[in-house]
Amino acid sequence: MSTPGQPPAEANGDGNLPAKLGEERLTAPVVRTGMFGIDGTSDTSGYGRLVVHKPLPQSSSRPYGGYFDAVADALGTALSADGAGLDDAIERVAVEHGELTFYVRRASLPAVAEKLLHDPALRFEVFSGVSGVHYPDEAGRELAAVYHLLSITHNRRVRLEVRAPDADPHIPSVTSTYPAANWHERETWDFFGIIFDGHPALTRIEMPDDWPGHPQRKDYPLGGIPVEYRGTKVPPPDERRSYYS
Amino acid sequence: MTATHVTGAATDADAAEGRVYDVAGEDWDTIVGDEERSSAGERIVVNMGPQHPSTHGVLRLVLTLEGETVAEARASIGYLHTGIEKSMEYRTWTQGTTFITRADYLMPLFNEVAYCMSVERLLGIEDKLPERAKLIRVLLLEMNRISSHLGGLGPFGMELGATTIFLQGLRMRENVLDLFELITGLRMNHAFIRPGGVAQDVTKAHLEAIRGFLKKAPKWVKDLRTLIDANPVFVARTRGIAYLDLQGCMALGVTGPMLRATGLPWDLRKSQPYLDYETFEFNVPTADTCDAYGRYLVRMAEVEESLKIIEQCVDRLAARGDSGDDPFMIQDAKIGWPARLSLGPDGMGPSPEHIKHIMGQSMEGLIHHFKLVTEGFRVPAGQAYVPVESPKGEIGCHVVSDGGTRPYRAHLRDPSFHHMQAVAVLCEGGNLADVIPAIASIDPVIGGVDR
Amino acid sequence: MGIEEKLPAGVLLTSVEKLAGWARARSVWPATFGLACCAIEMMQTGGPRHDMARFGMEKTGSTPREADLMIVAGRVSQKMAPVLRQIYDQMPEPKWVISMGVCASSGGMFNNYAIVQGVDHIVPVDIYLPGCPPRPEMLLDAIFKLHDKILNMKLGAQRDAEITELEQARLNMLPLHVSAPADHAAAEFGSEL
Repeated sequence: MSTPGQPPAEANGDGNLPAKLGEERLTAPVVRTGMFGIDGTSDTSGYGRLVVHKPLPQSSSRPYGGYFDAVADALGTALSADGAGLDDAIERVAVEHGELTFYVRRASLPAVAEKLLHDPALRFEVFSGVSGVHYPDEAGRELAAVYHLLSITHNRRVRLEVRAPDADPHIPSVTSTYPAANWHERETWDFFGIIFDGHPALTRIEMPDDWPGHPQRKDYPLGGIPVEYRGTKVPPPDERRSYYS
Repeated sequence: MTATHVTGAATDADAAEGRVYDVAGEDWDTIVGDEERSSAGERIVVNMGPQHPSTHGVLRLVLTLEGETVAEARASIGYLHTGIEKSMEYRTWTQGTTFITRADYLMPLFNEVAYCMSVERLLGIEDKLPERAKLIRVLLLEMNRISSHLGGLGPFGMELGATTIFLQGLRMRENVLDLFELITGLRMNHAFIRPGGVAQDVTKAHLEAIRGFLKKAPKWVKDLRTLIDANPVFVARTRGIAYLDLQGCMALGVTGPMLRATGLPWDLRKSQPYLDYETFEFNVPTADTCDAYGRYLVRMAEVEESLKIIEQCVDRLAARGDSGDDPFMIQDAKIGWPARLSLGPDGMGPSPEHIKHIMGQSMEGLIHHFKLVTEGFRVPAGQAYVPVESPKGEIGCHVVSDGGTRPYRAHLRDPSFHHMQAVAVLCEGGNLADVIPAIASIDPVIGGVDR
Repeated sequence: MGIEEKLPAGVLLTSVEKLAGWARARSVWPATFGLACCAIEMMQTGGPRHDMARFGMEKTGSTPREADLMIVAGRVSQKMAPVLRQIYDQMPEPKWVISMGVCASSGGMFNNYAIVQGVDHIVPVDIYLPGCPPRPEMLLDAIFKLHDKILNMKLGAQRDAEITELEQARLNMLPLHVSAPADHAAAEFGSEL
């Protein structure tokens, strides 16, 4: 994206405005930004775009609609039977695009998983998968592990999202509750570096065993090579100039 | 090996080729009991793969054997890891289709539709998809279901050593690939289903060809069934093998034909319908034997059901006529893929009508075309996961958007990956020879396992 | 190797070459190294419609020890690369390699950390077959070209001469460039070809 240019040495009011008729010519060049004069990108359309790298954390309020309320209530009841409340375990609840997402605090994840499986009103028997997402822009909450669960009994779906910071990438494992999480957690460790505490054998699964780094993190390069063809070299996809961020 | 003599031996036999039992009236159990206890330490670790004709792809199995019995079975994957998900983060949303389609290459259209439906959910156009696009999607998906089941059945037979099953299965599969080539242009890895609809139209000529296929397909399926269903060798190698009952399936989160072979008729097309599947008439076949043979029966029955659905699709498309006012791609100018390809005298390229439109009639059309192709549309920030019922189980693509023109993260929840965790449960305790049909009955495609 | 090593160049050697070439080309046993999507098209090539068995190739050697031709069909990941090399090493001479598909030839559409950008980084390739995936007919065409190569392969001392000649031709080959100026190309590519 265009970066702010250097203001001219002369005090000409707003450094970005063109010189007015009759005024002295500036001694230093004016670097205009925004509509006219861009650098850092080849976008010559004149219009930069609004880049939302940090979508505002959505938090839905009751009633959520559909079966989501029933699920949230049942989860709250089940958790409070153990003494913990819904708010201790769940940071926030988001209902977007017809999907229910619980943002679970990582310490409460095993308890929540256990309740989701065993409580008769919840019964999310089928573990669909865990995958990771890396948000390097959200300091302190960079690594996310996203769980998808399915309840055949009640024909429902739910998503759990657990965050961990880069500095302390530990999330408790749910393999004791959902054995099907085994390989998924290994894959998430392999690609993102999230360490699942309590996993029976957290080793690399896709990459070779001695591979350094975690490839799907945003700070890991794509790793392509330039392609030669008829006298030109096309750079790999992550190094090509882009017309947009 | 020197001969050993069991107590009570009457004579002293000296055999060079192994244990010799001289029995004179003991109970068989006492003899064998000693043997078992003494050979408890004899385990061999055998490595099968990754290059192996019978492992259904680039799969490595590390088996610990006690004689013929598998004591431990561990699957080692990752030999086909392609970095598809990370590559998609550097391409536009529409280009992501071309990558995701190569994950599970036997059912490419299912990968595409899982991804595209998640993107459409984020775009908010889920219920604005044109009818025709949905019909074409269902048509292609069901054809892919047939080609995937046959593509799994063929290697199943070949791995058991039955090359006839391989050839017969591929013979029918060729006809389905012909139809794919006719409609999408490619035999596999089509990149045909795009966010907002499909890439090209299905014309009357295509429908005629599909009807021709539908006329002959039942006979082909019957031939296959005659070959395999009651084949004593096939039945002997698959009946009772790789048993995984409902409890096991639930514990391992197994869906698809493996789950339906336990008797539970769970099919996302019926339970959580998408693409108007609730308007089609078809059954969900189940078996109740929970073994490899049951899974085979479920898959063959699904092929027959898919033929029914395809016929209904063809009827509906024929009733709609040509796509004059009936778009197959969403008409939203900011999202719908702009180009219409056609075959001209100099090859394939944008259709002359489209060129005339963007060059002569509409500046906006030109700008939209240019921006959509080079930059792509923007998808609002958020995450979505829309699972569909693929031939192998539940497939879905968890898509995260940051509001930009590229996927921030796209993760394919592939059923083959998920079900490969069941290898240990299916194989341990059985014979070495049963490992092959066990894995083949999971029907994994290693491209989906490794992505 | 055999008798062909000891024969002097001449009509006898040429006849042996013709016979050996004919025999080898008519019964190439593939060590099918089917990896990904191209493996499916290779399977279809062995299927009833495009029948590879017509050309003597139906004994798909499960073991590389009996195989002549390794068809690398599909994308080779970093984890698979040592296995590929090991299988290639296990094949006895004479052996040939067809890299089927763009992923095997050059890395294909997967220009990233996980895929070897062309199996010629690992094994010497005789025929490169582009396509994603190549149709069975295209694979058959590649096999025919390979058969051609095998038919006309020289033996013994003539083989050494043939190899030297081919190498010289490669080294003298002009770079493929359309519009770049000559000195630019030489600077970029001169020593690489």
